[in-house]
Amino acid sequence: MLKIINLKASTGGKDILKGLNLEIKTGEVHAIMGPNGSGKSTLANVLSGKPGYDISGEINFEGKKLNNVPIEERAQNGIFLAFQYPLEIPGVNTSNFLRTAINSIRKAKGEKELDALSFIKLIKEKASELKIDEKFLSRQLNVGFSGGEKKKNEILQMKLLEPKLSVLDETDSGLDIDALRIVADGVNSYKNKDNSFLIITHYQRLLDYIKPDYIHVLSNGKIIKTGRSELGQQLEKTGYKYLN
Amino acid sequence: MKNKELNSLKEYKYGFTTQIEDFKAPKGLTEETVRFISKIKKEPKWLLDWRLRAFKRLKSLKEPNWQKPKYPKIQYQDLYYFSSPKSLKDKPKSLDEVDPKLIETYKKLGIPLDEQKRLSGVAVDAVFDSVSVATTFKGELTKKGIIFCSISEAIQKHPSLVKKYLGSVIPLTDHYFATLNSAVFTDGSFVYIPPNVKCPMELSTYFRINASQTGQFERTLIIADKGSYVSYLEGCTAPMRDENQLHAANVELIALDDAEIKYSTVQNWYPGDEKGNGGIYNFVTKRGVCKGKNSKISWTQVETGSAITWKYPSCILQGDNSVGEFYSIAITNNHQKADTGTKMIHLGKNTKSKIISKGISAGNADNTYRGLVDINRKALHSRNYTQCDSLLMGNSCGAHTIPYIKNKNASSIIEHEATTSKINEDQLFYCNQRGLNQEEAVSLIVNGFCKEVLQQLPMEFAVEAQKLVSISLEGSVG
Repeated sequence: MLKIINLKASTGGKDILKGLNLEIKTGEVHAIMGPNGSGKSTLANVLSGKPGYDISGEINFEGKKLNNVPIEERAQNGIFLAFQYPLEIPGVNTSNFLRTAINSIRKAKGEKELDALSFIKLIKEKASELKIDEKFLSRQLNVGFSGGEKKKNEILQMKLLEPKLSVLDETDSGLDIDALRIVADGVNSYKNKDNSFLIITHYQRLLDYIKPDYIHVLSNGKIIKTGRSELGQQLEKTGYKYLN
Repeated sequence: MKNKELNSLKEYKYGFTTQIEDFKAPKGLTEETVRFISKIKKEPKWLLDWRLRAFKRLKSLKEPNWQKPKYPKIQYQDLYYFSSPKSLKDKPKSLDEVDPKLIETYKKLGIPLDEQKRLSGVAVDAVFDSVSVATTFKGELTKKGIIFCSISEAIQKHPSLVKKYLGSVIPLTDHYFATLNSAVFTDGSFVYIPPNVKCPMELSTYFRINASQTGQFERTLIIADKGSYVSYLEGCTAPMRDENQLHAANVELIALDDAEIKYSTVQNWYPGDEKGNGGIYNFVTKRGVCKGKNSKISWTQVETGSAITWKYPSCILQGDNSVGEFYSIAITNNHQKADTGTKMIHLGKNTKSKIISKGISAGNADNTYRGLVDINRKALHSRNYTQCDSLLMGNSCGAHTIPYIKNKNASSIIEHEATTSKINEDQLFYCNQRGLNQEEAVSLIVNGFCKEVLQQLPMEFAVEAQKLVSISLEGSVG
């Protein structure tokens, strides 16, 4: 599904990714761990097409080169980024935003737009799966949301937009134990053989709930170690130091 | 494909003219012109004298020039001051008698009168050029004693009301453009709501400038008698033009004891092309007086059109406990310029005013909020709250906030908040990542920014206004 070859990215003259290789097959869950400043969020941003980076190397998504594809087309093609810090957009009703988003994606796929009633039915169903109060949907997008609510909202959007590849950028940080479990359940209930995940995290905790097929350690802009899920537990005990 | 679509959207949507023979006054601003207008409208002598007084006064006045947007000198002698669709000389009695071409024009504008009549419950007094062509729902309104007609008709049928209130809020000596309007106004709307009557529907007028080189001088007068309520909508679109067109309307509102007037405007006149050629000069004087105690006047405006918008819908809070509100969205794109705001003059005790202004500037446009809050010595325990937010898109536009604040007694409180921000790149990225393209993202964020004002609009207008906000900014980012 995703193939990254020798990806280099710099911003403001600073090299951040320095030749990263990664392949994610359909149905796989990959986790990326690594110390602060190793380039994890940059990888997420570059995958989704955020402007402001100079890029070389290749990103292939479903056999198509992504490097110059605009952000919204990547999203419409099935790449979803759950933001580490979801943005507040004052005055914009959450459910309106979600409806605009789902219809943009449906339109791009050549599907019929959802009318108001079918949308409400769908969103209520998805919200209740994540134990999100309906009132939450009529609030302004992320404005005054707690950290946990913002993250749940990201997962709600993921379930609604049904991406092929979901990139979760530190979705677990700032969550209490209950919220963490709800978020993880949300991911697990969406996960199937046709979609893939790239989970960026600092902690093994999330990976106790969402079992990754592979764990990669990112350090100084490169993947320095790849292992099965035991690698996470090992890192939790010993820290990143022992890898060097 | 995408670009082509965008380009066609960016072009002014309502750029077309209808071929209807014009019936024009002689060119130029002279006493003859003033007399001609008065005569053709069969006005009583007092009104002709009133117009002539204004005309005489005009000769001693100079055009104001303190505003931020400058414009080339207007050649008043080259303008026509009266034109009416010729086929209307014998006034139609129903829609069937209206020139089908007029009806066609309204249909292009998306306001088919006959459908509106049936579907939306909105009574429409449509001004096509300067003569009212159709007034709907008159029957239902008449039952309640409500008068809603063209001001020309009101002059004939309700002269005492017109005589009492015309010029009582905007005196004919007020300032250059207001005085000009008083001398040569052609038509407009008249509303009277009798005591303790709540007007059962939104009253709506669609203005449309059509004849080339015709300055539009509308005159609107709305009187809400004791304990009454009315909501009035004004919406405008104009056909594409090369030469600049002047629009200098006067709108006067009078609210007596315990009465409330809500006046909403969506202004979408031709803004000129992307290089700044052409477009309407919108120099309008709008003023309301809360004459009675506990009365309320609320102005809501969405200004997206015109090359230059220069207006300050104002409230004179004369009655004790009266309330004035001003909600404004002003969007300027390309080379458009706006200098707009309000004046809240507190005279009565315990008077309150609220100002919410949202200015959005894109392209090479310039957007100024200019407002006066003046709390008089005797207006004890009065309050004002002002919030001015400006949003900038791109690097070549400007936003300015010029508040004038005068508080002449110690028991009153004035609050002023202002913010200026650029459209946030991270917000755009967030929206794009959810599949929204740049235009959709901008539209969403800007509509969010304007929400406090948009939600003041009546339902019928809110949807239209939201679309307008998006259309006005298309092509301004990315």
